[in-house]
Amino acid sequence: MRYVKPENLKDASALIGGEEGISRILAGGTDVLVQLKAEMVEPDLIVDVKHLDGMREIVAEDGGYRIGAAVSGAELGEHTGVKALWPGVVEAMELIGSTQVQGRATMVGNLCNGSPAADSVPAMVAADAVARIHGLAGERDIPVLDIPTGPGRTSLAKGDIITSVFLPARPDHASDAYLRFIPRTEMDIAVASAGVSLELDADGTCRAARVALGAVAPTVVLVEAAGAALVGTKLDDAAIAAMVQAAEATCNPISDKRGTVEYRTKTAGVLAKRATLIAYARAGGQK
Amino acid sequence: MKKLHISTSINGDEAQFICAPDETLLDVLRDHLGLTGAKEGCGTGDCGACSVMLNGRLVCSCLVLAGETEGAEVETIEGMANGDDLHTLQRVFIEKAALQCGICTPGILVAARALLEKNPDPTDTEIRYWLAGNLCRCTGYDKIIKAVQAAAAEMRSV
Repeated sequence: MRYVKPENLKDASALIGGEEGISRILAGGTDVLVQLKAEMVEPDLIVDVKHLDGMREIVAEDGGYRIGAAVSGAELGEHTGVKALWPGVVEAMELIGSTQVQGRATMVGNLCNGSPAADSVPAMVAADAVARIHGLAGERDIPVLDIPTGPGRTSLAKGDIITSVFLPARPDHASDAYLRFIPRTEMDIAVASAGVSLELDADGTCRAARVALGAVAPTVVLVEAAGAALVGTKLDDAAIAAMVQAAEATCNPISDKRGTVEYRTKTAGVLAKRATLIAYARAGGQK
Repeated sequence: MKKLHISTSINGDEAQFICAPDETLLDVLRDHLGLTGAKEGCGTGDCGACSVMLNGRLVCSCLVLAGETEGAEVETIEGMANGDDLHTLQRVFIEKAALQCGICTPGILVAARALLEKNPDPTDTEIRYWLAGNLCRCTGYDKIIKAVQAAAAEMRSV
């Protein structure tokens, strides 16, 4: 195994693109090193990217925030600006692992690991976050929603490096929330999860809604019908029920030791409802 | 495997070592530098026995490649006491018998110090969440929480 710290992104992409064996990109390392230890993967090349330009920065941009790919959960949680604009994304990231893991783990790593149960991903999808990718052919922007393609798999090509995630600006009366269910209170993987982002009119009517679910399908899913069920309402019981029904209808989970298909489906609906109500209250909606 | 030559700072002292690219910071601390305070429990970031500070952040040294620490500042349990003068947390852990087998203790002390530097007056719940990544196989959590509270109170009064 070789460990390389390239001087720039172009070299980093070229190194990975030209590697005939197995390569891994290293940011926080909280997945990569676990895979090494478990001998799940024996990379020939590790490319450390966290020293590269912008990787450790959170930058205000067009009313939103660009979050570098190597920003740790702890750093994100200490950023009052991001926390105020996208509290659901920050709370999702902060749920991952222990204090020690938070010192290293990154949102982009969580995304690239490709787990359907990744906590930060439903929140990013609800936020309509966009990943910036540096590849062999240069730079491009891809919605976070389109990155995961299955458990442990992504749409990224060889040589692609996600360099940042952009959380967009949002109007007044808008907020988000993320909830997951785990059998313990800390240090566990979601059995089901929900991220919800809402925009309200001044009178509390929902103008736009995005509902994303985790751990109930091969990838994190955006449930457009669930969001649509909330639009034009003040989240009355009928609207919430329709949203929950749409969420449950989208669930296509597995049964395993963490939960059965039925349990995950029911839980996802309950979490979507609760996250919706939290986001509504944060956005200034009165119920 | 081509070896790496790394220059870093450990407990304020300049340190240099040669390591393989797949060795972790924990491997280097224990096997190359003789700093055996950090323990290997799980090796996968679940137990916290290998906790150290890396550039001011609490991390599991088993989840850090040694090659990543070029130019970094590492603080381990060995740097916690000032010569023979134990850190308040260390002394109170002994006084309150907040350890049984002691394997988790170095990691818990490093983690608890990081907490008290950030939050000098934590609630029990805050301590429990902060230390959720530090497993005590003897399950002596209550005495650990009480000792952190006692040390925190003493540190606040100084």
